[in-house]
Amino acid sequence: MENLLRMDRMPHIWCPGCGIGLGVTALASALEKAQIDLNNVCIVSGIGCTGRVAGYVKLDSFHTTHGRAIAFATGIKAANPKLKVIVFSGDGDLIAIGGNHFIHAARRNIDMLVVCVNNFIYAMTGGQVAPTTPLAAYATTSPFGCVEPPFNIPYIADSSGAVYVARWTALHVRRLTNSLTEALHKKGFSVVEVISPCAMYYSRINRLGDGLDMMKFYHDNVEIRHGEDTKNLDIGFQTKIICGKFVDKERPSYMERYNQWASEVRGASNES
Amino acid sequence: MKADSKGVLGGTHKLSGNYACAEGALAAGCRFLGLYPIIPALEISERFLKRAPEVGATFIQMEDEVSALAAVLGASWTGKRSMTVTSGPGLSLMMEHLGLGVMLETPCVIVDVQRVGPSLGLPDRAAQGDVMQARWGSHGDYEVIALSPSSPQEMFDYTIKAFNLSERYRVPVLVLADEYVAHLEEEVVIPSAEEIEIEPRRYYDGPKDKYLPFKRDEDFVPKMVKIGDGFKFHVTGLTHDDRGYPIMNEECQEYNVHPLLRKIRNFVDQIVEFTETNIDDADVILVSYGASSRAALKAMEQARNAGIKVGSLKLTTVWPFPEKRVAELAKRVKAFVVPEMNFGQIALEVERCTHGDANVLFIPHGEKGIEDTEDLLAALKQAAGMTAVEEKIIEFKK
Ligand code: SF4
Repeated sequence: MENLLRMDRMPHIWCPGCGIGLGVTALASALEKAQIDLNNVCIVSGIGCTGRVAGYVKLDSFHTTHGRAIAFATGIKAANPKLKVIVFSGDGDLIAIGGNHFIHAARRNIDMLVVCVNNFIYAMTGGQVAPTTPLAAYATTSPFGCVEPPFNIPYIADSSGAVYVARWTALHVRRLTNSLTEALHKKGFSVVEVISPCAMYYSRINRLGDGLDMMKFYHDNVEIRHGEDTKNLDIGFQTKIICGKFVDKERPSYMERYNQWASEVRGASNES
Repeated sequence: MKADSKGVLGGTHKLSGNYACAEGALAAGCRFLGLYPIIPALEISERFLKRAPEVGATFIQMEDEVSALAAVLGASWTGKRSMTVTSGPGLSLMMEHLGLGVMLETPCVIVDVQRVGPSLGLPDRAAQGDVMQARWGSHGDYEVIALSPSSPQEMFDYTIKAFNLSERYRVPVLVLADEYVAHLEEEVVIPSAEEIEIEPRRYYDGPKDKYLPFKRDEDFVPKMVKIGDGFKFHVTGLTHDDRGYPIMNEECQEYNVHPLLRKIRNFVDQIVEFTETNIDDADVILVSYGASSRAALKAMEQARNAGIKVGSLKLTTVWPFPEKRVAELAKRVKAFVVPEMNFGQIALEVERCTHGDANVLFIPHGEKGIEDTEDLLAALKQAAGMTAVEEKIIEFKK
């Protein structure tokens, strides 16, 4: 594991009880299990607490702009399809400001693994409403409870064309690792959502205890339903969370289609 | 390094500025285009796309201009020369990643075919309204390079130059074209691959575990590596040290950002390019760039015929601006006359650099002013002290 982390950057900036580190642990184990050449893997993050992941993982790594990690990663993949590209970022980053890039990368089926840590809040800026904040949950910008319905991330991913969609919580490190390992071998746009405690803001503002209390909550309230229709995966305030692998299908990736087109054009011009 | 012959069309062709730009990019070795469609820059992408399979180039049409430039930056780190093309509204959206490109010191080219603004403006008419945005549009302190072509031939030549400068200084370089030049069709001479000089990317070749992404050489320019070469490097848009690690304090801010300025400012004499004509005996000097240069050169001839001693300073690089040269010339001429397709951008720069030693007359002109030099001629007469002040001419008195 240590060879996958930048030990010269420890200690990391994450709060005690935060779930992001568990997501990183799962990714590192998955990279080991997947047995891919690490020289060929790169990781791109946006910004925010989860956006710092790229800086702690010892791979060719990019900490980019808010919400644009997928767009940056798309350029990498299109310019060198041999590379394995991972995007690791938070819900606010990937689904709010980066929402458009998310759905278009899924539609094009860009071959990349997107790990989205969802802690229901903007954490680094101090606990504002995110596009994932459950209805009625408190945030610094929803002092009377959130009035906006949240996004269901697996459902957006699925309906936009992702070929692999799974959700786990930070408690399910083993299952999360297995999903990430599977997704790393998948050709196409793969999304793994990681429900994670933000002990500093989300739990505190909503009086849900510390990170450990959140883990207990996940333990008691997660239901595993592989293959569940992604329409049914909404998350309410302190309601049951459905986890599992929901989508695992085949669809030609962007580069496959591109290369086919390019070789057809080349063939045609050779004939003429 | 010589150009890769695969991308070099060769021969003499009647080409629009936009097509010439695409050919220049391919000749310069550009192998990745991240695009978002916009008038009047479209034909650059169309030409590039048609030629991409035979040249072995890749392109992707992104969902907006924000992602188009983001993709270009990502692609550049794989070792491919990369570019995007846009116009005003798109350039506004690209400012976010122009900043990231500067901070990650990522070579890339942004072609901006200027149209009339603000906002949507006149999509299919020429203007030069993005000059200041190109220089100051992204937040924070930075330096970029911008070239302004005035003909299809220069669209070809300057696009190659833009790639070379972006590799040399590891900085995004803008080609500030305009709709007039983009859609103008003229003969373009495309040299053979052996005649085209290409600046190679400067790669680090030391031991893998010793690589520091932002360790600078004597030119303040760090050596680059490619994704996938096993360096396991990290780079960030946050203030960072040589390792590319974020360091959140003012000392590091200074350590990080000053060289981003110095790597351009210290090399201004090598970067800045301009063409001078009839300067030696000139009383009045026309400072021009892009399509306005066409009007300026015509007006110079007419003025000379009328006995006014007019010279021309035609800019190749708009940024950095030839500050020193303008200051020198200001000491010995009566006035500068600056025609622009905007309401005063480079004119302000000229005025700043004269340090009050000469008058500056600014002529805002639209597309019509490229063909019809009447206003310009009037300004030259006024500048030479032959006529009184005209209303539409804006004069900055010394
Ligand atoms: S603020 Fe929340 S998300 Fe950020 S590190 Fe702390 S616990 Fe984690």
